[in-house]
Amino acid sequence: MLRHLLLALAALAAIVALTFLVDPFTNIRIATVGYLLLAVAGLTVLTGLTGQISLGHGAFLFIGAYTVALLVVYVPSLPFWVDLLAAAAAAGLAGVLTGAAAARLHGPYLAGATLALAVGLPAITQRFPDFLGGSNGLGFTVNSKPAGIDIPSTQWQAWIVWLTVLAALVLLANLTRGRVGRRLRAVRDDEVAAGLAGIHVGRTKITAFLVSAVCGGLAGGLQAFLLGTAAPGSFTPALSLGLLAAMVLGGVGSLWGALWGAVALVALQAGTEELAHALELGTDVANNLPLAAYGVVLIAVVMAFPQGIHGLVRRMRPVKPEGAA
Amino acid sequence: MDLTTLLLSGLALGAIYAALGLSLVIIFRATQMVNFAQPALALVCAYLAFAVNRATGGYWLGFIVAIVAGGVLGALTERLLIRPLKDRGPLSPVIVTLGLLLVLQAVAGMIWTAEPQSFPYAFDFRGAFSPASLFAVVVVLVTAGAILLLFKFTTIGLRMRAAAFRPEVAALVGVRVGRMLTIGWTLAAAVGALAGLLAAPPFIHPTVMDTVFVYALTAAVIGGLDNAIGTVIGGFLLGIVLSLVSGYLGAELVTLAALAILVVVLSVRPDGLFGQRVARRV
Repeated sequence: MLRHLLLALAALAAIVALTFLVDPFTNIRIATVGYLLLAVAGLTVLTGLTGQISLGHGAFLFIGAYTVALLVVYVPSLPFWVDLLAAAAAAGLAGVLTGAAAARLHGPYLAGATLALAVGLPAITQRFPDFLGGSNGLGFTVNSKPAGIDIPSTQWQAWIVWLTVLAALVLLANLTRGRVGRRLRAVRDDEVAAGLAGIHVGRTKITAFLVSAVCGGLAGGLQAFLLGTAAPGSFTPALSLGLLAAMVLGGVGSLWGALWGAVALVALQAGTEELAHALELGTDVANNLPLAAYGVVLIAVVMAFPQGIHGLVRRMRPVKPEGAA
Repeated sequence: MDLTTLLLSGLALGAIYAALGLSLVIIFRATQMVNFAQPALALVCAYLAFAVNRATGGYWLGFIVAIVAGGVLGALTERLLIRPLKDRGPLSPVIVTLGLLLVLQAVAGMIWTAEPQSFPYAFDFRGAFSPASLFAVVVVLVTAGAILLLFKFTTIGLRMRAAAFRPEVAALVGVRVGRMLTIGWTLAAAVGALAGLLAAPPFIHPTVMDTVFVYALTAAVIGGLDNAIGTVIGGFLLGIVLSLVSGYLGAELVTLAALAILVVVLSVRPDGLFGQRVARRV
């Protein structure tokens, strides 16, 4: 508990220091790594620890982003942290509903259902174009920066994002190391054995969906805060698959893996943009380059080093007994 | 739109879902996995047909090119990506097909741009139940029938079933299990290419297969992922129901309606409407 907290404080200090060294645009990228990290960490709890594959995690980000957008637009008097909590709560509710429906599903059935959610949910913005802004989405500005602090707004945003993300990660790390985490792993490894040991399998799966969706909702809320907009085009199935790619690349089942995955996701995006610029590729090629990179990464990682980046890092260290880490 | 029109257009859409669903079922029966790259394979085949159409001006040469390309791509996918992972648990091949999905979709976007481009129908498409719709329904039913006959009554079909059912025993009695899997993937991807050709008109763009794939997967799941006849019935049923949802409730709700149907059916019958209940191994 204390160790996670100290680690998080150290990380926050490092991030704050880092934001002073880089330009405003890079600060946006740092913040992007933050909210993607949270989303991937949530997916890690669901898929890595509990064995429930989700191809629709973008749906929870969608819910979080639109909750923040709606609250900022329609209830501007609320402080921003209340908006974020509401985003987490709304996504959590959706997670419980999804989990309840999904508790009976396994393998390909669950994958199909979550994929349908990711494809279908953003279309709801077309249904209520006046309320949800149609395909243009909702645009807004959040003035969360206190008057006394004189730094660029992207730097302030990066701080807020990372503060939220690290707080959530501390909770997540404690949760997965404790009794809840053991239950999740027991269900992943053998549902029947877990049930015989007195674990309520359905309830455990719903818990996993709840935790995972709350992370996704917060991540979506932070994304909306960062970009100042919530639009259906940001929440395509490709986003959900990108998150999955990040999780697999980082190393399935570890929160450190989520960090490597999120960094890699942003680095791939930035790298392909710069490559396209340097080679003067056409826009059609440039726009599709990140997706192609995610796909190649997914295939290469599974074929060549299935433990992901975290597995490689771990292999370089002396082996510790299970549970001591 | 009146009820008859909705029912008839639902039937034509259902043919597409049935075809793509059938391609998923063939692979599921052979390899016990869902091929998430199937929509992208179908997309690339449809774009190849589009390119041939542009070059020659006719429809049928492109049609044949797409089907053949589908078969080749399916065989390559199985040989290069799926077979090396055969001892690696259920998640790895699924993730590889998702990776392939992203790559193929991105490549299609790079070559043919994100802009929708007009894609021809096989026949005249005007009217409530046009010749094009009739063609879609007939070609899918004939294909499904041919595949059922192949599996039921031919030696190669028997070998394929044996290879899927008990790979070791099949190998012991002389069935080339690996070759059977390749044939299965070839067949499946060719059927998928057919679905792509039917789904692409009037406009083809890189994400045209996304929702179609969700509906096809829904059809396959409610029909029972191991049940070809159930999937074809499921495809047509789903096409009709979704057409009614689109007509009476709104086109934006169709995907969520498919999700609702999926969840309701699976809550009542976890192995689909026509699926065989299998005891899960402990």
